[in-house]
Amino acid sequence: MYTIQGKGVSKGVANGPVYFYRRGGGEIVKTAVADAAAEKQRFENARSTAMEQLAALYEKAVAEVGEEGAALFEAHQMMLEDLDYIDGINDMIEGEGVNAEYAVSQVAEQFAAMLAAMDDAYMQARAADVKDISNRVIGILQGVVAGGIDSDVPVILASDDLAPSETVQLDKSKILGFVTSGGSGNSHTAILARTMGIPAIIGVGDALKDSLEGKSAIIDGETGEVVVEPDAITSERLLKKQAKERALKELLDQLKGKENVTIDGRKVMVYCNIGSPDDVDPVLANDGGGIGLFRSEFLYLQNDDYPTEEQQFKAYKDVAERMGGKRVIIRTLDIGADKQADYFQLDKEENPAMGLRAIRICLTRPEVFKTQLRALYRASAYGKIAIMFPMITSVWEVQEIKRICEAVKAELRREEIPFDENVELGIMIETPSAVMMSDRLAKEVDFFSVGTNDLTQYTLAVDRQGNNLDRFFDSHHPAVLRMLKMAADNAHKAGIWIGICGELGADVSLTETFLAIGIDELSVSPSAVLPLRSAIRSIDTSVSSQKILDELLGD
Amino acid sequence: MQTFRYTIQDEIGIHARPASMLSREAGQFSSAITMEVNGNTANAKRMMQLMRLDAHCGDQITVYVDGEDETEAVQAMLEAFSENL
Repeated sequence: MYTIQGKGVSKGVANGPVYFYRRGGGEIVKTAVADAAAEKQRFENARSTAMEQLAALYEKAVAEVGEEGAALFEAHQMMLEDLDYIDGINDMIEGEGVNAEYAVSQVAEQFAAMLAAMDDAYMQARAADVKDISNRVIGILQGVVAGGIDSDVPVILASDDLAPSETVQLDKSKILGFVTSGGSGNSHTAILARTMGIPAIIGVGDALKDSLEGKSAIIDGETGEVVVEPDAITSERLLKKQAKERALKELLDQLKGKENVTIDGRKVMVYCNIGSPDDVDPVLANDGGGIGLFRSEFLYLQNDDYPTEEQQFKAYKDVAERMGGKRVIIRTLDIGADKQADYFQLDKEENPAMGLRAIRICLTRPEVFKTQLRALYRASAYGKIAIMFPMITSVWEVQEIKRICEAVKAELRREEIPFDENVELGIMIETPSAVMMSDRLAKEVDFFSVGTNDLTQYTLAVDRQGNNLDRFFDSHHPAVLRMLKMAADNAHKAGIWIGICGELGADVSLTETFLAIGIDELSVSPSAVLPLRSAIRSIDTSVSSQKILDELLGD
Repeated sequence: MQTFRYTIQDEIGIHARPASMLSREAGQFSSAITMEVNGNTANAKRMMQLMRLDAHCGDQITVYVDGEDETEAVQAMLEAFSENL
C-alpha cells in the first residue's frame, strides 16, 4: 500500500481499479496473450466496428462530395475485408501469442512495405491506405472510440488532463472517479466530476505512473488522497467514509419535492447546469427546478464538422420535452479559448481567452449562429426554452443579436414552422464591462446569468486554467462579489431576474451572501441541488443580509 | 480444371476496386481460382494478392479454375472481368 497526494476538487470516495485514458496514436506495446481465441474475437469485433465506421463515413461523403470523393472510404472497407490481411493478423495472434494491436500493426507494416515496393505509383499510394485502416482498427482496440475506456467494469480514470472534446466523448457509465496529473480546480475534468457527483483528484504530478494501470485503489475527493492497493485498515476507514457520505445523501434525498425557501420565506430558483442531453437524468433524479445552463458546445465538440440544424433541433427538443415545461436555458455556442473544434479553423491566438470566442464567433460568422438559432426556436415549440448569449461586453452586441433573432423568427413564420413567440433572451454576465453596463443591458434582455469562473478570471486578471495560480484565483474576492451586487441591483431596477450559473453557485459558504446580494436563481451541478436546498432552508435573510452587505460594501 | 484468358481494358489495371470485386466474386465458389500474369500468380479470392499482381492495361491474364463448381465459376468470373476490367 502507498498513498499519492493530490488536490481534491470533487467530493466523494471511490473504490475500483485504476485505468488510464486511451488516446489515439499511442505507442503500440507488444504483450503476451494467453487466450488467443478471445484475442482473435477482439480483433474481429474491432474490425467490424471499423467497417461500420467506414460505411457511415462513405454515406456521409457521398452526400457531401459525391461518389467520386467517397471512393476512398469504399476502398478502405474492401481492404479490411481482404482475407490475406485478416488471416495474417489471426495467424500472428495464434502463432506468436501476441495482442491484437501488435499483430495488426505488424501485418500492416508487411502489407504496406509490399505495396510500397511496387513500381506502380498507384499501388505505392495504397501503402498509406493499409496503414490508415490499420490505425483505425488499432484505435478501436485501444478503446479510443468506445468513449476512451476499454474496460468491462467501472474504473478510476487516470490521465494527464482531459480536453473538453475528450470529456464529452467519455463513456460516463464506466467512471467511478478521476485522477489527473495536471489540471486545476476549474478544469473541465473537475467540472465534469462535479456534474456527475463523483470524486476527482487533480495535480498528482509524476506520481501518476503507467504502472498503476489495473491496480486497485481508493480515492477520497475531499482530502485528495489516492491510496493504491490499500491495506485492510485504510480500506475500512475509507469505505466507512463512503458509507457515511451515502447516508448523508439519503438524508438529502428526503428534501426532494420540498421548496427552496429560506426561514423568512424568500424563494430561490435552484436550476442545473448540463453539458449534454444525457445529463437530464441526474437533473430529474436530484429534483432540479429547471436547466439554468445547457452548454451547447457538446454538439460542436463531438463533431468533425458543423452540426446541422436538424441535429441541434433534435437535441434541444429532447431536453425541452424531458424537462416537461420547466425552464431550459440553452447557451449559444461558447467555442474558442480552451474549447476548440478543428473545423472552425480559428487562427492560433496569442491570448485566446481574450480572442475570437463565443458570441464574437457568432457575430463574425452569422451563418453558423443562424443555424443554431433556427434549431433553438424550432425546439421552443416543445417546451419552455430560453436562450442565453455568452461573453457579452457591449450593448450593440445584444442589439445585433436581437436583430438576427427577429430575422430567424420572420423566416420561421414565412415557412410556417411552429415556435414560441415569447422565448426569453438572456445574457451571461462574465466580463467586467457587462457588469459596468448592466443598467443598459438589463433594458435589452429578460434575464442575467453570471458566469463566475470567467468573471473572476477577467476581474482578477488570473488565468482560470493556470497550474500554479489557484491561490490567486479567488472567487470569494470582494471585487467579484461587488460586481455581482452591481449587476443584481441593475437587473432588479429594470425588473428582470439574475442568476449565477458558474461553479460558485454551488458553494454553500456563499449562499447567504448571494441571497443578501439579491440573486434570484442558482444554477449548479445536479448533485449540488439538494445540499444547496438544505443550505437555503437553514438561512434567515432578515437576520444575516444587512450585516453581510455592510461588510462587503463598507469601507 | 478449366482455363480462360482475359486482356485488361481498364486504364489503371487491377486497382483496389476491381481487385475487390473479383475477389468477392471468386469467394462465392468452392473451386480454387488462380490468376497468372507476367509470370506472377495470385489466389483470386485474395484482394491484396490481386493488387500485387501488378497487372496493367493490355496485359493478358490467364485464369485457372479447378473444383466442383468450376463451370459456374468460369461464367461468373468472365462476367466480373468484363464488368470491372
